[in-house]
Amino acid sequence: MIRYVISRLLLSIPTLLGVATLIFFMLNVLPGDAVETMLRAEGGNPTPELVASERARLGLDRPILVQYGDFLSGLATFDLGTSSWTGKPVVEEIALRLPVTLQVAVLAMLLALAIAIPLGTIAGVYHETWIDYAIRSFAIGGIALPSFWFGMLIALVMLWYFNWLPPLGSPSLFDDPLRLLQQLALPAIAIGYRYAAILIRMMRSSVIEVMHEDFVRTARAKGLRAGHIIRRHVIPNSLLPTITMIGLEFALLIGSLVVIEQVFSLNGIGRLFLDAVSRSDLAIIQGIVMVLTVIFVVVNLLVDFAYAAIDPRIKLA
Amino acid sequence: MRNVFSAPVSTELLSELPRRRSAVLRFAMDEPLGALGLVVIVASVLLTLFAPLIAPYDPLANDYGAAVQAPSALHWLGTDSFGRDIFSRVLYGGRTALLIGVTASFIGCTIGALLGIGSAYFGGWMDLILERFMEILLAIPITVLALVLVSTLGRDMMLGIDVNLVFAIALPIIPKMARVARSQALSMRRMSYVDAARTLGFGHFRIIALHMAPNIFGPYIVMLTAFVSQAILIEASLSYLGLGVVEPTPSWGLMLAGNAFNTAMTAPWIVIFPGLAIAIVIFAFSMFGDALRDLLDPKSNRDR
Repeated sequence: MIRYVISRLLLSIPTLLGVATLIFFMLNVLPGDAVETMLRAEGGNPTPELVASERARLGLDRPILVQYGDFLSGLATFDLGTSSWTGKPVVEEIALRLPVTLQVAVLAMLLALAIAIPLGTIAGVYHETWIDYAIRSFAIGGIALPSFWFGMLIALVMLWYFNWLPPLGSPSLFDDPLRLLQQLALPAIAIGYRYAAILIRMMRSSVIEVMHEDFVRTARAKGLRAGHIIRRHVIPNSLLPTITMIGLEFALLIGSLVVIEQVFSLNGIGRLFLDAVSRSDLAIIQGIVMVLTVIFVVVNLLVDFAYAAIDPRIKLA
Repeated sequence: MRNVFSAPVSTELLSELPRRRSAVLRFAMDEPLGALGLVVIVASVLLTLFAPLIAPYDPLANDYGAAVQAPSALHWLGTDSFGRDIFSRVLYGGRTALLIGVTASFIGCTIGALLGIGSAYFGGWMDLILERFMEILLAIPITVLALVLVSTLGRDMMLGIDVNLVFAIALPIIPKMARVARSQALSMRRMSYVDAARTLGFGHFRIIALHMAPNIFGPYIVMLTAFVSQAILIEASLSYLGLGVVEPTPSWGLMLAGNAFNTAMTAPWIVIFPGLAIAIVIFAFSMFGDALRDLLDPKSNRDR
């Protein structure tokens, strides 16, 4: 197992290196002068001399390959450069915003799993009955509703019927967990719904498939109770494809995180990203893409490890 | 090849014959949701195509005298804070969404399919390099990739649509289609008809385009339909963030942006109808896509 983990970790390094290269050249070679945009955002019409001196200060006048080498060696030491807007290290800026985003993501994921596993199992066990149709309709809703719009709707409903809006500010997980939960519950529900819907569909179809397996028939023939068969045999076997889906769909979840932060005015990675875009703060943009990609890759690695740990049939190569 | 002379296969073929006659009816019976999706798709294409004839108002005309009015006989879906008619704006917004959604999905799936087949056909170094490149693209979360592209490319209008926006939405689709096309093409490469075409001295392009590509038409159409809904969702999200379609072009995402949420606290129709339009179209394309997949890929689980 340990050898498998290490080899998978090593194998993801070239991919991340490739992402870094792609993003670097996308941002630095494509047309558009970042420094000029940034100075314009500060107000006024910058003179060519000012633009040139700013470029020199930020090290953007060096040959592109030197900048690229700098960027890569920085990555190796977890140094993502400095923000051209605030002058602070990118790592610091991201570390400040990442907790909110991660907390929403984890909350949404837990919520989705808590809903999807039981509902998907029930729909699969009772398939082609009214309860299955009800659960499927619920899942279709999650796939069709754009999460940022759904977030707006639930916020409006909470406001009209309970005169309640999520608290503002940035409560910490350790000082005031209840306030934090109040703040993050709606965004987590908004993006968790879609995630849950996809997992319900996956879980349902694999439960239907597993129910037809020989080992389920054997268990029935042995006279085991239905509840026991479902808990011990059907659910564990159906979880495998569902777990794969968790990793694959995490990419969409990250995207909806960026958008949902805007709806609920959360000061997370998404907000930082949009601010960086409007100020052409390349170092921040690069840094955020790298961090989000690393998170995505790590989640998929964890999914693979979980898969290998749950299913004894999978040979670790 | 299957042995066509064996009994079970031939009876299977025979029983297929009478059912084929009413393909449309059978589709509607087997896949009611897919059929509903198709009806909604056709209806929304017609509605947006004939928007100039149907829309009661100019979608761009401000009328401050009629700002923030509730739905009425005069303004079916109400007006926004500039007094613009929401029904007309939803119709024209549908043009933007469908145009960008369908083109982005088409471009992404076509490039992806060609790269996937090419990768499998040529094999060797080409396959290795393309595969690694696709892996890199797949590692970046889709919305983030689109965001980076639109923010660096800026705008480049052609025939009324932002080409760079379409490309940014299409790029994340390419590796997903390429994967599917490659795996299908790998088994196809060893088929005798490809060998035959090669022996006849046909060029690589001709073999890929005329002999291999038609065989992945099924998965291509399924993915094309499914990715239209993803493309529409991403267009709406980017426009909502202010990085997609810009004013004054009507776009559903844009109609939800800015202070639409604050206005909606007292005038809910401002956010309800554009969002509902997005949801209906995404629903239609996903359901139709699912139905197509069940229809064209008999191996996939019909109950899904």
